[in-house]
Amino acid sequence: MNPASYPGPRTLVVRCPDWSLTVLGVAPGDPALVLAAGRVAAASEAARAVGVARGQRRREAQGRCPEVAVLERDEAAEARRFEPVVAALEDVTPWVEVSRPGACAFGVRGPLRLLGGEAALLDRTAEVVGAALDVAVGPTHPGCRLGVADGRFTADLAARAAGAGIAGSLVVPVGGSPAFLAPQPVGVLGRPDLADVLVRLGLATLGAFAALSAADVVGRFGAEGRAAHRLAAGLDGTPPQVRRPPPDLAVAVDLDPPVDRIDRVAFAARALAEQFHDDLRGRGLACTRVVVEAETEHDERLARCWRDEGVLGASALADRVRWQLEGWLHGPPAVRPTAGLVRLTLLPDEVVPATGHQAGFWGGASAADERAARALARVVGLLGEGSVRLPEWRGGRDPVDQLVLVPLTGGVGEVGRVDAPPSDAPPWPGVLPPPSPAAVHADPVPAELLDDRGRPVRVDGRGVLSAAPVALRVDGRGVHVAAWAGPWPVDERWWDPRRHRRRVRLQVVADDGVARLLVLEAGCWRVAATYD
Amino acid sequence: MGLPDGHASMLPDDLSTEGCAPAPRSRPRSLAEAARRARTGAPAGERALPVSPVLAGLLPDGLRRGSTVGVVGPGGRSLAFSLIATATATGSWAAVVGDPDFGLAAAAEAGVALARLAVVDLSGPTASRQWGAVVAALVAGLDLVLVAPRRQVRATDARRLSARARERGSVLIRIGDASWPDRPDLKLALTGATWEGPEDGYGRLRCRRAEVVATGRGRNARERRALLLLPDARGVPSLP
Repeated sequence: MNPASYPGPRTLVVRCPDWSLTVLGVAPGDPALVLAAGRVAAASEAARAVGVARGQRRREAQGRCPEVAVLERDEAAEARRFEPVVAALEDVTPWVEVSRPGACAFGVRGPLRLLGGEAALLDRTAEVVGAALDVAVGPTHPGCRLGVADGRFTADLAARAAGAGIAGSLVVPVGGSPAFLAPQPVGVLGRPDLADVLVRLGLATLGAFAALSAADVVGRFGAEGRAAHRLAAGLDGTPPQVRRPPPDLAVAVDLDPPVDRIDRVAFAARALAEQFHDDLRGRGLACTRVVVEAETEHDERLARCWRDEGVLGASALADRVRWQLEGWLHGPPAVRPTAGLVRLTLLPDEVVPATGHQAGFWGGASAADERAARALARVVGLLGEGSVRLPEWRGGRDPVDQLVLVPLTGGVGEVGRVDAPPSDAPPWPGVLPPPSPAAVHADPVPAELLDDRGRPVRVDGRGVLSAAPVALRVDGRGVHVAAWAGPWPVDERWWDPRRHRRRVRLQVVADDGVARLLVLEAGCWRVAATYD
Repeated sequence: MGLPDGHASMLPDDLSTEGCAPAPRSRPRSLAEAARRARTGAPAGERALPVSPVLAGLLPDGLRRGSTVGVVGPGGRSLAFSLIATATATGSWAAVVGDPDFGLAAAAEAGVALARLAVVDLSGPTASRQWGAVVAALVAGLDLVLVAPRRQVRATDARRLSARARERGSVLIRIGDASWPDRPDLKLALTGATWEGPEDGYGRLRCRRAEVVATGRGRNARERRALLLLPDARGVPSLP
């Protein structure tokens, strides 16, 4: 067959729907969501039904579904619980590829010969996976979805589209991929930036995108667009010139003394993943499928194949190696090695020519963003979670409310996506006009404001000062008031007795040239901010 | 915040092993690795970060990469905003270390791109011991690092941070100069600042008219002065 029109090997994809929720013991009927990096990473069926979707912020999701249970993502548990499922599938075929915890795939050609037909293969797979899930998760698991199609991308979509039920399945007939894909939205390509452009061009479905000429797509969207175009047309997304890698691209590390603790071996794995990635890059190659292999003191040999639709970057690779080690070392006794690991090897199983990453083509991260993200992640490592924060626009009447700081939790991905103050934000009634104070005191400093006879200046119920302020005492130091403006009263949430706030603001310029924003609340003046 | 007394130096001795660059090995194994090792700091074409044209009289060459700048006295933060505004708006990242009072709304009005600003909180229990390592990590990855130490900085730390900024092509901006043992390459201060606007209860703060004095070492040795509105009625630094 002409490689340019090769639809990819016929593939079976096994998906455990909402795996990150299943692992945390959530039944599909309970409203629940899993947070990663402060955003919704997965939501249960009940939560999705009322509008909770991936990528939303926690508050937005809680706004749509107030009773939703918010859970923190547990990637280690996801990897640990999935490993026995993959191990069980080795009864069906020796070449299972894991793409992430909760999803794996294998080519159907080999096992088909053994079992006689696709229907028998589906039955057998469902039975094996079901039994493994019963053990790994317990009998309440929501089952798995199976999809069979030409090429992995189509099979994955078929598994997504497969009906509910303990083992729902969908088989796309041979040669039927283009017809199956045509009505799918372009969002399923997993490239949000590309999908955004396509939708704005009026190409909302894969069928419409696939109908473009390949040359036009390459001209506009480059190599990445070409891969997406092939997928949309039901062809194998990876370029056909996949080469068998030369053997010296495998990298290994000897662990001496043997390790059985995940933190120690994960450290070695990260360095190994970086070396592996750099070696490939040096030859102009990128890896799409990698075999993680470990040897133990007792000469056991563990191996597992991981792949990704895109190419595996150094950090994505390190994640996968860590997940795999988590699965082996902390998994159930059946898959756990009997001794410590003495050697860890990464073998590139499928490599493609590196097409280069066009930084910022669709407004993505620039080199400076990536450098900053690494440095900030390092500071989080030094000082702990929550020590690095990014500004976010909230709006409000006081400088201290307008912008709040939200912790950088997720690491690199979050950097560069901060909400800046919208230029067309609606005006807040009672907001202080610019210029805003350059120093907003985290702890407002108590102050005394005195009139010409040394009496404290007060504000009556109508917002009128009892006398013109003449002197200001802050931190025991007195200054003369050179000029002042205000007072401006604010009466917030008067309908709510508990959150009701009534305060008065006054700008005061002292004779030392410093301008301050004073706030009177509950009978006490404080310096809320300084016009530094 | 800042440094406790009697601490050992907080900067790791081998700065190159952390964060960005891998430890140098004996011989580069590939062209890509050799190129990576050779690359320290900024490309030659970008020796300075851009600053607002308003500051052209004070910084004719822009904000030179690798330099340390002190902004002192009242108005220091406003000066800091005006220094970093154009650079952050054109892709550079900035971090503020140990200044819980940093006025974000004012920074946004002055033109600082808040999407590329990180605020590092040093109020944690171990933070003061790690001050040097934190600033060093930021200098390695971000173009602009604003520091406001609350205690005296050790001479060795100050020297190493300046050297690190020079090596990486970052600009270290000191908010307040009192706690540093050495002089910065460039020092900016306000003189004769007067606020305009309020009058016996009427009006509101509109602008601050001030003269900015720039002094320093080397090519900045000659004193430069400029009259500025810092900020003007929109919160932006501008010429009167």
